[in-house]
Amino acid sequence: MIGRDLLGIEDFDRADLERILETAAHMQEVGLREVKRVPTLRGRTIINLFFESSTRTRTSFEIAGKRLSADVINFSAESSSLSKSESILDTARTLDAMAPDAVIVRHKVAGVPKRIADALDAPVINAGDGAHEHPTQALLDLFTVLQEKGRIDGLTVAIVGDITHSRVARSNIYGFTKLGADVRVAGPPTLLPPAVESLGVKAFTSLREAIEGADVVMALRIQSERLQGAYVPSVREYSAMWGLDRAKLRYAREDAIVMHPGPINRGVEIAHDLADRRPSVILEQVRNGVAVRMAVLYLLAGRAQAGQEGAR
Amino acid sequence: MSRVWIAGGRVLDPASGIDRVADVVIEDGRIGAVGSGVEVSGAEKVDATGCWVTPGFVDLHAHLREPGQEYKEDIASGGRSAVAGGFTLVCCMANTQPVNDDPAVTDYILDRARNDSPARVLPIAAATKGLEGKIMTEMAALQRAGAVAFSDDGHTIMDGAVMRRVLEYARMIGAPVSVHAEDRHLVGQGVVNEGPASTRLGLPGNPAAAETVLVARDLLLAELTGAHLHVGHVSTAGAVDLIRAARERGVHVTAEVTPHHLALTEDATLGYDTNTKMAPPLRSKADVEACRRALAEGVIDAIATDHAPHAPHEKDVEFTAAPPGVLGFETAYAVVMDLVRAGEISPIELVARLSTGPARVFRQPYGSLAKGAVADVAILDPDREWLYDPLKGYSKSHNSPWAGGTLRGRPVVTLVGGRIVYDVERGVVAP
Repeated sequence: MIGRDLLGIEDFDRADLERILETAAHMQEVGLREVKRVPTLRGRTIINLFFESSTRTRTSFEIAGKRLSADVINFSAESSSLSKSESILDTARTLDAMAPDAVIVRHKVAGVPKRIADALDAPVINAGDGAHEHPTQALLDLFTVLQEKGRIDGLTVAIVGDITHSRVARSNIYGFTKLGADVRVAGPPTLLPPAVESLGVKAFTSLREAIEGADVVMALRIQSERLQGAYVPSVREYSAMWGLDRAKLRYAREDAIVMHPGPINRGVEIAHDLADRRPSVILEQVRNGVAVRMAVLYLLAGRAQAGQEGAR
Repeated sequence: MSRVWIAGGRVLDPASGIDRVADVVIEDGRIGAVGSGVEVSGAEKVDATGCWVTPGFVDLHAHLREPGQEYKEDIASGGRSAVAGGFTLVCCMANTQPVNDDPAVTDYILDRARNDSPARVLPIAAATKGLEGKIMTEMAALQRAGAVAFSDDGHTIMDGAVMRRVLEYARMIGAPVSVHAEDRHLVGQGVVNEGPASTRLGLPGNPAAAETVLVARDLLLAELTGAHLHVGHVSTAGAVDLIRAARERGVHVTAEVTPHHLALTEDATLGYDTNTKMAPPLRSKADVEACRRALAEGVIDAIATDHAPHAPHEKDVEFTAAPPGVLGFETAYAVVMDLVRAGEISPIELVARLSTGPARVFRQPYGSLAKGAVADVAILDPDREWLYDPLKGYSKSHNSPWAGGTLRGRPVVTLVGGRIVYDVERGVVAP
């Protein structure tokens, strides 16, 4: 049962995910029209509350809201009172007092959207919190795979790279396993989270073994500060062992697709020519992000005013 | 002559092994007699029917925040909170502002305690100047001023050579050295136990090995120097095993565990409640079970609260930014009573870990109901259910993972030096 907030894929069951993905399919159709706008959320106010800058995700939510005719307000840390050391919850409560219909939160620390959701009346959508979850990214990845493969049940999905610090990995692990895929994670042991197999995945420290027979290979962005010796000796060693290219991709299934949540580090986690062409579907992911976020906004922001608030 | 007659309670005195229903008579601040059918005239009578009558609790590890952080707690509020939890003696850590690394600060704390705290307060002084882990404090002078032990607590001494000299010097003056044993480098940015919970939460993990590694070092240094090492807030099965083995080969080591490390696992952190953020962090189920067993066996001598008040605005922030620590005094008894209810420890052993055991660790003349002993007494209702609301408690802060919960077991009367200082119906009544 989809609740009031969207904080993480961990909270959802299979039926919830299927409902969102079905709704997204309808929303995708709006993006194909000449006039890409429907009046569904006219008069509703959506706040993009980004404590961590992310032009891509913020823009995607903004476009999604505008295509549904909502008023979308962007509130970013750089231009706010946060520099005056106002607490996060005070900032959130202040915005809540202006009666938004949904608040989209991004923060570099895990758990902040949950704390804000506990304090607010408005539904809260997590747009990424630390290394915890990035649920709309996982939804758009599920949507993309569904579109490419026609199913998720029974597929083998390999997620490669810095799993420890990745909210995308966690959300995708929950999403793909809940929809019946077999999920593998792979990376140097310094970047695999402790007890990761408790999340229902199999962990590998060999790229070849991890992608053997995979239908989907997902490379994660690795942050440059993690490649300077603390976790991995060097960029060169990382890209040699873990960077995806066409030669390494041979071990996956012939029809495997390659995904990446972006922004990509060309030549580090993914080779230049692989990133730009099939079987890479990176731009499809971005495109689908708008449809998925429209679906989420419709399901959460749309219902507050209809007087049928979800279970709190 | 002032007299108090505590009638009809179950007297539990670990020092003498007494566990039976009896009356306790207090005369002029000292235990007069324990027995039944004693003749008492002109005494203030306290009906203890259905209650435990025990030595007052002794806390080897608390933060009273004064001087310097009185917005979190002060010696008066902390002392009131202590007696409301059955504690009659509290040993307070040195991380005040200024740090208690100078006899003047020790004097100040003792002076404030004498005037304003219903509980006895004895300071633990810093082992190194400014808690910087470099230069030893004037331990002998601090001891003369009234410091009962030495500790840099959370500012763990990472330099093994400094730690060795601190232990050697403390041995000379016969003082225990209490340690917060966590390797700072292994802790890293960790804020929750490293394991399934940290992975699910996406928060940096603090591995159990961070504690075990440093407990191992400190045990070896205690063995080398012959000093008395006291291991603060043990939280891991590995540390328990090392302490047990060290004791067996004759190392002078004592240990404490907190109520929260006995009662809660890392799963409590899953909702990102900053009132579940502790240092060391809440650990795995196996670690909790090992600590509970070690407490019952006596490998761990004492239950210490690590009472750590923090103001709401300090806890109401991102999990990574919140200071670690929780309140301890008022909930301790109810929380550890779970071990008795689960049949893991006998009532008298539990009382020993709360009173006689810790008093012995710091060599204090308390924790006994023997005739002539100082009449620091706790009267406890083991079955009383109550709703814990920190706003109605005595601490200035409210950071507790048990806030809003129903607890079972509650101190009902506390006496310090034969004087009733707390009564559950009337509240703190003195000073």
